[in-house]
Amino acid sequence: MSTGPSPEDLRALAPRVLGALARRHGQFDACEDAVQEALLAAATQWPAEGVPANSYGWLLTVATRRLTDQWRSESARRDREAAVAAEAERLAPAVDERPADADDTLTLLFLCCHPALTPSSQIALTLRAVGGLTTAEIARAFLVPEATMAQRISRAKQRIKASGARFEPPPPAERDRRLAAVLHALYLVFNEGYTASGGAELHRAELTAEALRLTRDLHRLLPGDGEVTGLLALMLLTDARRAARTAPGGALVPLAEQDRGRWDRAAIDEGLALIADALTWSPPGPYQLQAAIAAVHAEAPDAAATDWPQILALYRLLAHLAPNPMVTLNQAVAAAMVHGPQAGLDLLRPLEEDERTAGHHRLAAVRAHLLERAGDHAAARAAYREAARRTTSLPERRYLEAKASEGTR
Amino acid sequence: MKYMLLIYNRPGFLEELTEDERTALFGEVDAIMRELTESGELVGGQALADPAQTRTVRLRDGLPAVTDGPFLESREVFAGYIAVDCETPERAAEIAARWPDVRFGGAMEVRPIMDDAGTEM
Repeated sequence: MSTGPSPEDLRALAPRVLGALARRHGQFDACEDAVQEALLAAATQWPAEGVPANSYGWLLTVATRRLTDQWRSESARRDREAAVAAEAERLAPAVDERPADADDTLTLLFLCCHPALTPSSQIALTLRAVGGLTTAEIARAFLVPEATMAQRISRAKQRIKASGARFEPPPPAERDRRLAAVLHALYLVFNEGYTASGGAELHRAELTAEALRLTRDLHRLLPGDGEVTGLLALMLLTDARRAARTAPGGALVPLAEQDRGRWDRAAIDEGLALIADALTWSPPGPYQLQAAIAAVHAEAPDAAATDWPQILALYRLLAHLAPNPMVTLNQAVAAAMVHGPQAGLDLLRPLEEDERTAGHHRLAAVRAHLLERAGDHAAARAAYREAARRTTSLPERRYLEAKASEGTR
Repeated sequence: MKYMLLIYNRPGFLEELTEDERTALFGEVDAIMRELTESGELVGGQALADPAQTRTVRLRDGLPAVTDGPFLESREVFAGYIAVDCETPERAAEIAARWPDVRFGGAMEVRPIMDDAGTEM
Protein backbone atom coordinates (compact mmCIF):
# COMPACT_ATOMS: atom_id res chain seq x y z
CA MET A 1 0.00 0.00 0.00
CA SER A 2 1.49 3.26 -1.04
CA THR A 3 0.40 6.72 -0.03
CA GLY A 4 -2.29 8.47 -2.06
CA PRO A 5 -1.60 9.60 -5.60
CA SER A 6 -0.75 13.21 -6.16
CA PRO A 7 -3.60 15.16 -7.77
CA GLU A 8 -1.31 15.57 -10.80
CA ASP A 9 -0.98 11.80 -11.25
CA LEU A 10 -4.71 11.35 -11.05
CA ARG A 11 -5.38 14.24 -13.41
CA ALA A 12 -2.90 12.90 -15.95
CA LEU A 13 -4.88 9.65 -16.13
CA ALA A 14 -8.18 11.44 -16.81
CA PRO A 15 -7.85 11.99 -20.57
CA ARG A 16 -6.48 8.48 -21.12
CA VAL A 17 -9.42 6.87 -19.37
CA LEU A 18 -11.93 9.17 -21.04
CA GLY A 19 -10.28 8.60 -24.42
CA ALA A 20 -10.52 4.83 -24.04
CA LEU A 21 -14.19 5.02 -23.06
CA ALA A 22 -15.24 7.57 -25.65
CA ARG A 23 -13.38 5.78 -28.43
CA ARG A 24 -15.29 2.62 -27.57
CA HIS A 25 -18.61 4.18 -26.97
CA GLY A 26 -18.69 7.55 -28.68
CA GLN A 27 -21.15 9.08 -26.26
CA PHE A 28 -18.79 11.78 -25.07
CA ASP A 29 -21.09 13.47 -22.55
CA ALA A 30 -22.02 10.29 -20.70
CA CYS A 31 -18.42 9.02 -20.77
CA GLU A 32 -17.16 12.31 -19.40
CA ASP A 33 -19.58 12.12 -16.47
CA ALA A 34 -18.54 8.53 -15.79
CA VAL A 35 -14.82 9.40 -15.75
CA GLN A 36 -15.47 12.35 -13.46
CA GLU A 37 -17.26 10.04 -11.04
CA ALA A 38 -14.40 7.54 -11.21
CA LEU A 39 -11.89 10.32 -10.45
CA LEU A 40 -13.94 11.42 -7.45
CA ALA A 41 -14.12 7.83 -6.26
CA ALA A 42 -10.35 7.50 -6.59
CA ALA A 43 -9.78 10.76 -4.73
CA THR A 44 -11.74 9.45 -1.75
CA GLN A 45 -10.85 5.73 -1.85
CA TRP A 46 -7.18 5.67 -2.76
CA PRO A 47 -5.88 7.67 0.21
CA ALA A 48 -7.74 5.28 2.54
CA GLU A 49 -7.31 1.97 0.73
CA GLY A 50 -4.05 2.52 -1.09
CA VAL A 51 -3.32 3.19 -4.74
CA PRO A 52 -4.13 0.17 -6.91
CA ALA A 53 -1.19 -1.32 -8.80
CA ASN A 54 -2.88 -0.56 -12.12
CA SER A 55 -4.49 2.79 -11.39
CA TYR A 56 -5.41 3.32 -15.05
CA GLY A 57 -7.20 -0.02 -15.10
CA TRP A 58 -8.95 0.75 -11.83
CA LEU A 59 -10.28 4.06 -13.14
CA LEU A 60 -11.34 2.50 -16.42
CA THR A 61 -13.21 -0.28 -14.63
CA VAL A 62 -14.99 2.10 -12.29
CA ALA A 63 -15.83 4.54 -15.07
CA THR A 64 -17.17 1.71 -17.23
CA ARG A 65 -19.29 0.47 -14.34
CA ARG A 66 -20.72 3.96 -13.84
CA LEU A 67 -21.48 4.19 -17.52
CA THR A 68 -23.27 0.87 -17.59
CA ASP A 69 -25.15 1.75 -14.40
CA GLN A 70 -26.34 4.88 -16.08
CA TRP A 71 -27.32 2.97 -19.17
CA ARG A 72 -29.13 0.40 -17.13
CA SER A 73 -31.19 2.95 -15.21
CA GLU A 74 -32.07 4.75 -18.42
CA SER A 75 -33.03 1.58 -20.13
CA ALA A 76 -35.06 0.34 -17.18
CA ARG A 77 -37.45 3.07 -18.07
CA ARG A 78 -37.52 1.85 -21.61
CA ASP A 79 -37.59 -1.78 -20.55
CA ARG A 80 -34.62 -2.79 -22.60
CA GLU A 81 -32.51 -4.57 -19.99
CA ALA A 82 -31.27 -7.30 -22.23
CA ALA A 83 -30.10 -5.07 -25.01
CA VAL A 84 -28.20 -2.95 -22.53
CA ALA A 85 -26.48 -5.86 -20.86
CA ALA A 86 -25.14 -6.84 -24.25
CA GLU A 87 -24.12 -3.27 -24.94
CA ALA A 88 -22.32 -3.12 -21.60
CA GLU A 89 -20.28 -6.16 -22.59
CA ARG A 90 -19.40 -4.56 -25.87
CA LEU A 91 -18.40 -1.20 -24.50
CA ALA A 92 -16.29 -2.38 -21.59
CA PRO A 93 -12.72 -2.02 -22.81
CA ALA A 94 -10.22 -4.58 -21.59
CA VAL A 95 -8.35 -3.11 -18.65
CA ASP A 96 -5.01 -4.30 -19.93
CA GLU A 97 -5.59 -2.77 -23.35
CA ARG A 98 -2.87 -0.31 -24.24
CA PRO A 99 -4.46 3.12 -24.37
CA ALA A 100 -4.18 5.04 -27.63
CA ASP A 101 -3.01 7.79 -25.34
CA ALA A 102 -1.69 10.39 -27.75
CA ASP A 103 -4.47 10.47 -30.30
CA ASP A 104 -7.16 10.33 -27.64
CA THR A 105 -5.85 13.32 -25.73
CA LEU A 106 -5.62 15.31 -28.92
CA THR A 107 -9.12 14.31 -30.02
CA LEU A 108 -10.43 15.28 -26.58
CA LEU A 109 -8.80 18.70 -26.80
CA PHE A 110 -10.34 19.30 -30.22
CA LEU A 111 -13.74 18.23 -28.95
CA CYS A 112 -13.60 20.37 -25.79
CA CYS A 113 -12.59 23.44 -27.81
CA HIS A 114 -15.37 22.88 -30.33
CA PRO A 115 -16.40 26.05 -32.22
CA ALA A 116 -20.02 25.63 -31.04
CA LEU A 117 -18.84 26.58 -27.53
CA THR A 118 -18.05 29.96 -26.03
CA PRO A 119 -14.44 30.42 -24.87
CA SER A 120 -15.44 30.19 -21.20
CA SER A 121 -17.24 26.89 -21.83
CA GLN A 122 -14.30 25.56 -23.84
CA ILE A 123 -12.01 26.34 -20.93
CA ALA A 124 -14.25 24.77 -18.31
CA LEU A 125 -14.76 21.60 -20.31
CA THR A 126 -11.07 21.29 -21.22
CA LEU A 127 -10.05 21.58 -17.58
CA ARG A 128 -12.49 18.88 -16.56
CA ALA A 129 -12.30 16.39 -19.44
CA VAL A 130 -8.62 16.74 -20.34
CA GLY A 131 -7.22 18.31 -17.19
CA GLY A 132 -9.04 15.94 -14.86
CA LEU A 133 -10.02 18.75 -12.48
CA THR A 134 -13.22 18.41 -10.51
CA THR A 135 -16.10 20.79 -11.07
CA ALA A 136 -15.52 22.17 -7.56
CA GLU A 137 -11.88 22.93 -8.37
CA ILE A 138 -12.77 24.67 -11.62
CA ALA A 139 -15.55 26.65 -9.91
CA ARG A 140 -13.15 27.81 -7.18
CA ALA A 141 -10.60 28.86 -9.78
CA PHE A 142 -13.16 30.96 -11.66
CA LEU A 143 -14.83 32.28 -8.51
CA VAL A 144 -18.32 31.06 -9.35
CA PRO A 145 -20.59 28.70 -7.39
CA GLU A 146 -20.03 25.01 -8.08
CA ALA A 147 -23.61 24.61 -9.35
CA THR A 148 -22.99 27.36 -11.91
CA MET A 149 -19.84 25.68 -13.18
CA ALA A 150 -21.56 22.28 -13.26
CA GLN A 151 -24.33 23.80 -15.36
CA ARG A 152 -21.83 25.47 -17.69
CA ILE A 153 -20.03 22.16 -18.26
CA SER A 154 -23.19 20.17 -18.76
CA ARG A 155 -24.50 22.74 -21.22
CA ALA A 156 -21.21 22.68 -23.12
CA LYS A 157 -21.53 18.93 -23.48
CA GLN A 158 -25.13 19.27 -24.66
CA ARG A 159 -23.99 21.72 -27.30
CA ILE A 160 -21.29 19.40 -28.53
CA LYS A 161 -23.83 16.63 -28.73
CA ALA A 162 -26.31 18.87 -30.56
CA SER A 163 -23.63 19.95 -33.03
CA GLY A 164 -23.29 16.32 -34.06
CA ALA A 165 -19.57 16.28 -33.25
CA ARG A 166 -18.15 12.81 -32.68
CA PHE A 167 -15.17 11.50 -30.81
CA GLU A 168 -12.83 11.70 -33.74
CA PRO A 169 -10.20 14.14 -35.03
CA PRO A 170 -11.51 17.15 -36.98
CA PRO A 171 -11.46 16.88 -40.79
CA PRO A 172 -8.06 17.89 -42.26
CA ALA A 173 -9.49 21.06 -43.79
CA GLU A 174 -10.57 22.27 -40.34
CA ARG A 175 -7.59 21.07 -38.38
CA ASP A 176 -5.53 24.28 -38.30
CA ARG A 177 -8.46 26.40 -37.23
CA ARG A 178 -9.42 23.89 -34.56
CA LEU A 179 -5.87 23.67 -33.26
CA ALA A 180 -5.81 27.48 -33.06
CA ALA A 181 -8.93 27.29 -30.86
CA VAL A 182 -7.23 24.75 -28.60
CA LEU A 183 -4.15 26.95 -28.26
CA HIS A 184 -6.30 29.99 -27.54
CA ALA A 185 -8.20 28.15 -24.80
CA LEU A 186 -4.95 27.00 -23.18
CA TYR A 187 -3.60 30.54 -23.44
CA LEU A 188 -6.73 31.89 -21.70
CA VAL A 189 -6.39 29.33 -18.91
CA PHE A 190 -2.78 30.35 -18.44
CA ASN A 191 -3.61 34.06 -18.33
CA GLU A 192 -6.46 33.52 -15.92
CA GLY A 193 -4.00 31.94 -13.50
CA TYR A 194 -1.03 34.18 -14.21
CA THR A 195 -2.85 37.43 -13.54
CA ALA A 196 -4.20 36.14 -10.21
CA SER A 197 -2.23 37.65 -7.38
CA GLY A 198 -1.90 34.82 -4.86
CA GLY A 199 -3.29 34.72 -1.34
CA ALA A 200 -7.05 34.36 -1.66
CA GLU A 201 -6.42 33.87 -5.36
CA LEU A 202 -4.38 30.72 -4.85
CA HIS A 203 -6.89 28.37 -6.45
CA ARG A 204 -6.94 30.53 -9.49
CA ALA A 205 -3.14 30.71 -9.66
CA GLU A 206 -3.06 26.92 -10.00
CA LEU A 207 -4.56 27.37 -13.45
CA THR A 208 -1.14 28.48 -14.66
CA ALA A 209 0.34 25.11 -13.72
CA GLU A 210 -2.61 23.33 -15.36
CA ALA A 211 -2.20 25.32 -18.58
CA LEU A 212 1.53 24.55 -18.62
CA ARG A 213 0.90 20.88 -17.99
CA LEU A 214 -1.68 20.60 -20.78
CA THR A 215 0.45 22.61 -23.20
CA ARG A 216 3.45 20.41 -22.39
CA ASP A 217 1.29 17.37 -23.19
CA LEU A 218 0.20 18.95 -26.44
CA HIS A 219 3.81 19.75 -27.31
CA ARG A 220 4.75 16.14 -26.61
CA LEU A 221 1.98 15.03 -29.00
CA LEU A 222 2.77 17.61 -31.69
CA PRO A 223 6.50 18.33 -31.38
CA GLY A 224 6.62 19.49 -34.99
CA ASP A 225 4.08 22.30 -34.58
CA GLY A 226 5.83 25.66 -34.26
CA GLU A 227 2.85 27.43 -32.69
CA VAL A 228 2.41 24.77 -30.00
CA THR A 229 6.11 25.12 -29.22
CA GLY A 230 5.73 28.90 -29.30
CA LEU A 231 2.84 28.85 -26.85
CA LEU A 232 4.73 26.60 -24.45
CA ALA A 233 7.77 28.88 -24.65
CA LEU A 234 5.57 31.96 -24.14
CA MET A 235 4.00 30.44 -21.03
CA LEU A 236 7.38 29.44 -19.58
CA LEU A 237 8.98 32.83 -20.24
CA THR A 238 5.97 34.66 -18.80
CA ASP A 239 5.53 32.42 -15.78
CA ALA A 240 9.25 32.83 -15.02
CA ARG A 241 8.47 36.41 -13.93
CA ARG A 242 5.72 35.40 -11.52
CA ALA A 243 7.66 35.90 -8.27
CA ALA A 244 8.84 39.35 -9.35
CA ARG A 245 5.56 40.70 -10.73
CA THR A 246 3.97 41.54 -7.39
CA ALA A 247 5.40 43.28 -4.35
CA PRO A 248 4.70 41.97 -0.85
CA GLY A 249 1.11 43.06 -0.25
CA GLY A 250 0.08 42.32 -3.81
CA ALA A 251 0.97 45.58 -5.60
CA LEU A 252 1.85 45.09 -9.27
CA VAL A 253 5.47 45.69 -10.27
CA PRO A 254 5.94 46.81 -13.90
CA LEU A 255 8.39 44.82 -16.02
CA ALA A 256 10.99 47.61 -16.01
CA GLU A 257 11.08 47.69 -12.20
CA GLN A 258 11.07 43.96 -11.53
CA ASP A 259 13.93 42.37 -9.59
CA ARG A 260 15.27 40.13 -12.35
CA GLY A 261 17.19 38.09 -9.79
CA ARG A 262 13.82 36.68 -8.78
CA TRP A 263 12.99 35.47 -12.27
CA ASP A 264 12.94 31.68 -12.59
CA ARG A 265 16.14 30.88 -14.55
CA ALA A 266 15.21 27.25 -15.23
CA ALA A 267 11.90 28.25 -16.83
CA ILE A 268 13.63 30.99 -18.82
CA ASP A 269 16.31 28.62 -20.09
CA GLU A 270 13.71 26.08 -21.15
CA GLY A 271 11.58 28.74 -22.84
CA LEU A 272 14.57 30.29 -24.62
CA ALA A 273 15.74 26.92 -25.93
CA LEU A 274 12.24 26.04 -27.18
CA ILE A 275 11.62 29.28 -29.03
CA ALA A 276 15.16 29.55 -30.47
CA ASP A 277 14.76 26.05 -31.86
CA ALA A 278 11.23 26.53 -33.21
CA LEU A 279 12.16 29.67 -35.11
CA THR A 280 14.81 27.72 -37.06
CA TRP A 281 12.32 25.28 -38.58
CA SER A 282 8.82 26.71 -38.30
CA PRO A 283 7.24 29.61 -40.17
CA PRO A 284 6.70 32.30 -37.50
CA GLY A 285 3.24 32.51 -35.99
CA PRO A 286 1.68 34.79 -33.35
CA TYR A 287 2.61 32.63 -30.33
CA GLN A 288 6.18 32.19 -31.54
CA LEU A 289 6.54 35.94 -32.04
CA GLN A 290 5.12 36.70 -28.59
CA ALA A 291 7.51 34.13 -27.15
CA ALA A 292 10.38 35.73 -29.07
CA ILE A 293 9.46 39.11 -27.57
CA ALA A 294 9.33 37.58 -24.08
CA ALA A 295 12.71 36.01 -24.84
CA VAL A 296 14.27 39.40 -25.65
CA HIS A 297 13.04 40.71 -22.28
CA ALA A 298 14.29 37.58 -20.53
CA GLU A 299 17.75 37.91 -22.05
CA ALA A 300 18.27 41.49 -20.85
CA PRO A 301 20.26 41.54 -17.58
CA ASP A 302 18.41 44.75 -16.61
CA ALA A 303 15.61 46.85 -18.09
CA ALA A 304 18.03 49.43 -19.54
CA ALA A 305 19.83 46.70 -21.51
CA THR A 306 16.59 45.64 -23.30
CA ASP A 307 17.04 45.31 -27.06
CA TRP A 308 14.06 47.53 -27.96
CA PRO A 309 14.81 47.74 -31.71
CA GLN A 310 14.56 43.95 -31.80
CA ILE A 311 11.28 44.03 -29.84
CA LEU A 312 9.87 46.71 -32.14
CA ALA A 313 10.78 44.63 -35.20
CA LEU A 314 9.03 41.61 -33.69
CA TYR A 315 5.89 43.63 -32.89
CA ARG A 316 5.83 44.95 -36.47
CA LEU A 317 5.94 41.40 -37.74
CA LEU A 318 3.25 40.37 -35.27
CA ALA A 319 1.04 43.33 -36.29
CA HIS A 320 1.46 42.27 -39.90
CA LEU A 321 0.72 38.60 -39.21
CA ALA A 322 -2.09 39.00 -36.70
CA PRO A 323 -3.34 42.60 -36.67
CA ASN A 324 -4.96 43.43 -33.34
CA PRO A 325 -5.31 46.71 -31.44
CA MET A 326 -3.63 45.21 -28.36
CA VAL A 327 -0.58 44.42 -30.48
CA THR A 328 -0.54 48.01 -31.75
CA LEU A 329 -0.67 49.17 -28.15
CA ASN A 330 2.44 47.17 -27.27
CA GLN A 331 4.08 48.21 -30.51
CA ALA A 332 3.57 51.84 -29.47
CA VAL A 333 5.48 51.23 -26.24
CA ALA A 334 8.34 49.64 -28.18
CA ALA A 335 8.32 52.46 -30.75
CA ALA A 336 8.54 54.99 -27.93
CA MET A 337 11.55 53.19 -26.47
CA VAL A 338 13.32 53.24 -29.85
CA HIS A 339 12.22 56.53 -31.43
CA GLY A 340 11.01 58.56 -28.46
CA PRO A 341 7.59 59.03 -26.82
CA GLN A 342 6.07 61.01 -29.69
CA ALA A 343 6.51 58.07 -32.07
CA GLY A 344 4.55 55.94 -29.60
CA LEU A 345 1.82 58.55 -29.13
CA ASP A 346 1.41 58.78 -32.91
CA LEU A 347 0.73 55.05 -33.07
CA LEU A 348 -1.96 55.39 -30.40
CA ARG A 349 -4.03 57.89 -32.37
CA PRO A 350 -5.91 55.40 -34.57
CA LEU A 351 -6.69 53.35 -31.46
CA GLU A 352 -8.50 56.32 -29.90
CA GLU A 353 -10.98 56.08 -32.78
CA ASP A 354 -11.18 52.28 -32.84
CA GLU A 355 -14.31 51.29 -30.93
CA ARG A 356 -12.59 48.11 -29.71
CA THR A 357 -10.01 50.15 -27.82
CA ALA A 358 -11.31 53.72 -27.46
CA GLY A 359 -12.56 53.26 -23.89
CA HIS A 360 -10.06 50.60 -22.87
CA HIS A 361 -8.02 51.23 -19.73
CA ARG A 362 -4.86 49.81 -21.33
CA LEU A 363 -4.95 52.49 -24.01
CA ALA A 364 -5.26 55.23 -21.38
CA ALA A 365 -2.49 53.61 -19.32
CA VAL A 366 -0.08 53.43 -22.26
CA ARG A 367 -0.91 57.01 -23.25
CA ALA A 368 -0.25 58.08 -19.65
CA HIS A 369 3.06 56.26 -19.63
CA LEU A 370 4.18 57.86 -22.90
CA LEU A 371 3.03 61.35 -21.84
CA GLU A 372 5.00 60.90 -18.64
CA ARG A 373 8.09 60.02 -20.65
CA ALA A 374 7.47 63.03 -22.86
CA GLY A 375 7.52 65.21 -19.75
CA ASP A 376 3.85 66.26 -19.96
CA HIS A 377 3.09 65.39 -16.35
CA ALA A 378 -0.30 67.06 -16.09
CA ALA A 379 -1.66 65.21 -19.12
CA ALA A 380 -0.02 61.99 -17.89
CA ARG A 381 -1.78 62.27 -14.53
CA ALA A 382 -5.12 62.85 -16.25
CA ALA A 383 -4.58 59.79 -18.44
CA TYR A 384 -3.58 57.66 -15.43
CA ARG A 385 -6.75 58.80 -13.66
CA GLU A 386 -8.79 57.86 -16.71
CA ALA A 387 -7.12 54.44 -16.85
CA ALA A 388 -7.75 53.92 -13.12
CA ARG A 389 -11.45 54.64 -13.61
CA ARG A 390 -11.70 52.27 -16.56
CA THR A 391 -9.95 49.17 -15.26
CA THR A 392 -11.95 46.45 -13.52
CA SER A 393 -8.87 45.02 -11.81
CA LEU A 394 -8.23 46.01 -8.19
CA PRO A 395 -4.41 45.75 -8.32
CA GLU A 396 -4.31 47.65 -11.63
CA ARG A 397 -6.53 50.38 -10.20
CA ARG A 398 -4.26 50.63 -7.19
CA TYR A 399 -1.17 50.94 -9.41
CA LEU A 400 -2.81 53.50 -11.72
CA GLU A 401 -4.13 55.60 -8.82
CA ALA A 402 -0.64 55.70 -7.34
CA LYS A 403 0.77 56.84 -10.69
CA ALA A 404 -2.00 59.46 -11.01
CA SER A 405 -1.12 61.01 -7.66
CA GLU A 406 2.66 60.83 -8.18
CA GLY A 407 4.24 64.27 -7.86
CA THR A 408 1.00 65.91 -6.78
CA ARG A 409 1.85 65.64 -3.10
CA MET B 1 -16.68 39.02 -16.92
CA LYS B 2 -18.77 39.38 -13.80
CA TYR B 3 -21.44 42.03 -13.42
CA MET B 4 -23.70 43.03 -10.60
CA LEU B 5 -27.17 44.05 -11.68
CA LEU B 6 -28.47 46.45 -9.05
CA ILE B 7 -32.23 46.55 -8.72
CA TYR B 8 -33.81 49.89 -7.80
CA ASN B 9 -37.52 50.20 -7.26
CA ARG B 10 -40.12 52.22 -5.46
CA PRO B 11 -40.93 50.71 -2.07
CA GLY B 12 -44.49 49.49 -1.93
CA PHE B 13 -45.03 49.30 -5.69
CA LEU B 14 -45.84 45.60 -5.37
CA GLU B 15 -48.76 46.31 -3.04
CA GLU B 16 -50.39 48.47 -5.72
CA LEU B 17 -50.49 45.56 -8.17
CA THR B 18 -53.29 43.03 -8.45
CA GLU B 19 -52.65 39.50 -7.24
CA ASP B 20 -52.43 38.31 -10.85
CA GLU B 21 -49.90 40.98 -11.72
CA ARG B 22 -47.79 40.07 -8.70
CA THR B 23 -47.91 36.40 -9.61
CA ALA B 24 -46.91 37.22 -13.17
CA LEU B 25 -44.05 39.39 -11.94
CA PHE B 26 -42.63 36.74 -9.62
CA GLY B 27 -43.06 34.22 -12.42
CA GLU B 28 -40.94 36.39 -14.69
CA VAL B 29 -38.21 36.65 -12.08
CA ASP B 30 -38.29 32.89 -11.56
CA ALA B 31 -38.01 32.34 -15.30
CA ILE B 32 -35.00 34.63 -15.62
CA MET B 33 -33.31 33.02 -12.62
CA ARG B 34 -33.97 29.57 -14.05
CA GLU B 35 -32.53 30.60 -17.40
CA LEU B 36 -29.40 32.05 -15.76
CA THR B 37 -28.97 28.91 -13.66
CA GLU B 38 -29.29 26.68 -16.70
CA SER B 39 -26.91 28.78 -18.77
CA GLY B 40 -24.27 28.70 -16.05
CA GLU B 41 -24.23 32.50 -15.78
CA LEU B 42 -25.71 32.96 -12.31
CA VAL B 43 -23.18 33.83 -9.61
CA GLY B 44 -25.56 34.92 -6.87
CA GLY B 45 -28.22 37.33 -5.79
CA GLN B 46 -30.04 38.68 -2.77
CA ALA B 47 -33.19 40.67 -2.13
CA LEU B 48 -33.16 43.32 0.59
CA ALA B 49 -35.81 43.95 3.24
CA ASP B 50 -37.98 47.05 3.13
CA PRO B 51 -35.99 50.28 3.58
CA ALA B 52 -37.99 50.94 6.75
CA GLN B 53 -35.77 48.32 8.39
CA THR B 54 -32.56 50.14 7.45
CA ARG B 55 -30.11 51.39 10.03
CA THR B 56 -27.43 53.82 8.94
CA VAL B 57 -24.00 54.27 10.50
CA ARG B 58 -22.38 57.67 10.20
CA LEU B 59 -19.66 59.61 11.93
CA ARG B 60 -20.98 61.99 14.60
CA ASP B 61 -18.64 63.94 16.87
CA GLY B 62 -15.77 61.78 15.63
CA LEU B 63 -17.50 58.50 16.45
CA PRO B 64 -19.65 56.13 14.38
CA ALA B 65 -23.31 56.59 15.35
CA VAL B 66 -26.25 54.41 14.36
CA THR B 67 -29.55 55.96 13.31
CA ASP B 68 -32.78 54.40 12.05
CA GLY B 69 -33.65 54.92 8.40
CA PRO B 70 -31.80 54.96 5.10
CA PHE B 71 -28.73 57.03 4.22
CA LEU B 72 -30.48 58.67 1.31
CA GLU B 73 -34.16 59.57 1.21
CA SER B 74 -35.30 58.88 -2.34
CA ARG B 75 -38.24 57.66 -4.36
CA GLU B 76 -36.32 54.66 -5.70
CA VAL B 77 -34.30 52.51 -3.34
CA PHE B 78 -31.75 49.77 -3.74
CA ALA B 79 -33.85 46.63 -3.41
CA GLY B 80 -31.44 43.81 -4.21
CA TYR B 81 -29.00 42.49 -6.76
CA ILE B 82 -28.15 39.58 -8.95
CA ALA B 83 -24.55 38.79 -9.90
CA VAL B 84 -23.89 37.18 -13.29
CA ASP B 85 -20.85 35.95 -15.18
CA CYS B 86 -21.44 36.77 -18.87
CA GLU B 87 -19.51 36.61 -22.10
CA THR B 88 -20.25 40.25 -22.98
CA PRO B 89 -21.44 43.48 -21.34
CA GLU B 90 -24.29 43.49 -23.86
CA ARG B 91 -25.55 40.20 -22.48
CA ALA B 92 -25.51 41.61 -18.94
CA ALA B 93 -27.54 44.62 -20.10
CA GLU B 94 -29.96 42.33 -21.90
CA ILE B 95 -30.64 40.42 -18.67
CA ALA B 96 -31.19 43.70 -16.84
CA ALA B 97 -33.59 44.93 -19.51
CA ARG B 98 -35.85 41.95 -18.86
CA TRP B 99 -36.04 42.49 -15.11
CA PRO B 100 -39.74 43.30 -14.43
CA ASP B 101 -39.09 46.11 -11.93
CA VAL B 102 -37.99 48.25 -14.89
CA ARG B 103 -41.51 48.15 -16.30
CA PHE B 104 -42.93 49.42 -13.01
CA GLY B 105 -40.89 52.58 -12.80
CA GLY B 106 -37.77 51.00 -11.32
CA ALA B 107 -34.27 50.92 -12.78
CA MET B 108 -31.44 48.48 -13.13
CA GLU B 109 -27.79 49.43 -12.90
CA VAL B 110 -25.31 47.13 -14.64
CA ARG B 111 -21.91 47.43 -13.02
CA PRO B 112 -18.74 45.43 -13.66
CA ILE B 113 -17.39 43.63 -10.59
CA MET B 114 -13.76 44.34 -9.79
CA ASP B 115 -11.33 41.49 -10.17
CA ASP B 116 -8.48 40.59 -7.83
CA ALA B 117 -6.31 39.68 -10.81
CA GLY B 118 -4.36 42.18 -12.84
CA THR B 119 -1.65 42.61 -15.44
CA GLU B 120 1.50 44.54 -14.68
CA MET B 121 1.83 47.51 -17.05
